[in-house]
Amino acid sequence: MVIAPSFGVLMWFVYGFIGWTIYISLTKSKLLPQYKFWGTGQYFRLWSMDRWHVAVENLFIFTVLFLLLCVLIGIVLAILLDQKIRAEGFLRTIYLYPMALSFIVTGTAWKWILNPTLGIEKFFQDIGFQNFNFDWLVTPGMSIYTVVIAAVWQSSGFIMAIFLAGLRSIDDEIIKAAKIDGAGIVSIYTKIILPMMRPVFMSAIVILVHLAIKSYDLVIALTAGGPGISSDMPAVFMTQMAFHRSEIGLASASAIMMFLTVSAIVVPYLYSELKREDDRR
Amino acid sequence: MRKLIIALLTLSLVPNISIAGPKAEVLHWWTSGGEAKALQVLKDDFASGGGEWTDMPVAGGGGDAAMQTLKARIVAGDAPAAAQIKGPTIQAYDREGVVSPYSINEVAKKENWDKLLSKQVASHMKCDGDFPNGKAYCAAPVNIHRIDWFWANKKVLDSNGIKMPTTWDEFNAAADKLKAKGIIPLAHGSQPWQDATVFEAVALGIGGNDFYKKAFVDADVATLSGPTMVKVFDQMRKITTYIDDGAPGRDWNVATGMVMEGKAAFQLMGDWAKGEFAAAGLQPGKDYYCQPTPSDTGYLYNVDSFVFYKVNDPDKVKGQQLLASLMMGKNFQKVFNIYKGSIPARLDVPMDEFDACAKKSNADLNAAAKSGGLLPSFAHGMTLELGVKGAIQDVVTEHFNSNMSSQDAVNKLASAVKAAI
Repeated sequence: MVIAPSFGVLMWFVYGFIGWTIYISLTKSKLLPQYKFWGTGQYFRLWSMDRWHVAVENLFIFTVLFLLLCVLIGIVLAILLDQKIRAEGFLRTIYLYPMALSFIVTGTAWKWILNPTLGIEKFFQDIGFQNFNFDWLVTPGMSIYTVVIAAVWQSSGFIMAIFLAGLRSIDDEIIKAAKIDGAGIVSIYTKIILPMMRPVFMSAIVILVHLAIKSYDLVIALTAGGPGISSDMPAVFMTQMAFHRSEIGLASASAIMMFLTVSAIVVPYLYSELKREDDRR
Repeated sequence: MRKLIIALLTLSLVPNISIAGPKAEVLHWWTSGGEAKALQVLKDDFASGGGEWTDMPVAGGGGDAAMQTLKARIVAGDAPAAAQIKGPTIQAYDREGVVSPYSINEVAKKENWDKLLSKQVASHMKCDGDFPNGKAYCAAPVNIHRIDWFWANKKVLDSNGIKMPTTWDEFNAAADKLKAKGIIPLAHGSQPWQDATVFEAVALGIGGNDFYKKAFVDADVATLSGPTMVKVFDQMRKITTYIDDGAPGRDWNVATGMVMEGKAAFQLMGDWAKGEFAAAGLQPGKDYYCQPTPSDTGYLYNVDSFVFYKVNDPDKVKGQQLLASLMMGKNFQKVFNIYKGSIPARLDVPMDEFDACAKKSNADLNAAAKSGGLLPSFAHGMTLELGVKGAIQDVVTEHFNSNMSSQDAVNKLASAVKAAI
């Protein structure tokens, strides 16, 4: 009974509005919502738009690279920090610190760093490397990778912290036993520790995937979807359509596509992981 | 006349309880220095007319959240008295049925706005029928911005023996010369709206007035994909070679700064750029040149306006009527536009206190109205539905920021517009 009101509120504001958005995506709504049923026309319009294809392609590139790089860098840093080194607390804070910034700050800072007339490129040219060239930010087709760089910079420290916590939770006895059996440090990690950290991988991946799909502020601050529309993402596309172009129906259709993408990736993964845990019991 | 109306409005309130009076909640985007000062004039006028002003300012860049709030409140039946909305969006709101019964039409009739405004501007302000055939005033104009301006650093041009160009070929020749000397010919920020701003000026210049009208007012697909449009994109491609590497994402005022410092020679931007020059204490004709971009007496305008939504409280209706009357007042139209860099929408405001650029803008406006060159800016949302406008802008900015061929751009333009309509 105690949780009933909050349950009701949750049902309405999350699932109720998901339902509302689905319905709006099936209408001709432009400036304001309209409730006359139209059909799947908005979805056909959406998939006929070049810009949407660019956005989806970018989302794919971004998600895959962001996920791989964050997990890879996170694990490597965590393992290195786990070697009982000196000043671990200090280093850990340094790596974790970017997480304390908002994506807007990260985006703005990297925008300046990567700007060819202000940042890295100018710096290297000024100190004598005249042919040094690093203008991804202003090169269509490459700008999406600058978003990846900034996002990885921001999030990999957090992933490191998750993995570090995971590493610490592993019983020392197991590692000692493996050492006695003559296992090297590499095989201890690859064959014993990492497989034991499966639940940690799950948390990390779920967090990263949902960050990637809803990524909006970083893109806006760093490239604003540009140059041109080359670093557009579905979330940017959706806000553009809903609030700048008076295409609420089309925006709802794109929101539903994003929703389905998240569901398609995350739900099966969660299901298989949770099921595995059930089997173990 | 205005004072009389204010007096009448004020008198009519006397029998009411003390708190009652004209009320207006106003959503606007004018938060920066000069604009905010100018708006204060309106607020003071409103207060001295007995009104109670509730400010809903939206700081620049935060427009998304404001539009969200605005729409949510309209859907909930609690619309603000007035919101800064312009172009076809005014009529789009009317079609949703949230503007009628046009409370300010009465005031407009009494003050004879049909006489005070040019026909073109008036048609944008009318609802109750599709643009340009609306029957009742539902919005009040506050200014006319001209979009197709070249701003140039006088010293840079003079020392290189370059005159302000009167054709696009002359511009190209001048730009090539400047480029060879290591000066950036065109200061530009490659944000989609800035790309579109350059694009529409080029289209007007190269295609001519009729072409512009067919393409961007009628959204005629044949014109949008025709051979003239290919030429327009060819010129856009040329222009991409006249800007620097730092252009993508640069804000327009930073680009204006480049012209002021002499790092760049020209900028193509609407007349709000003048505010930046004025703030730095620079004078037109002495420190910088202002001249329309090459075209055949074309004039691309952007009229900022306030739409007045349907409200039920009689105090709010009175507030709307008072506000509309004040916005069209000579005093506000003069003071506001001197600050803003634009020219008054009202025709009978004396121009003596305005600078040379504004005077030229006013003279050109009258000439363009006669020649048929007075055309709405598509880049600034004065023509075309927002969806169609956005579709064109996407193609323009994609072409500008890649190595797409002109023919491909034109084909894309046709299919994008077809999909958006």
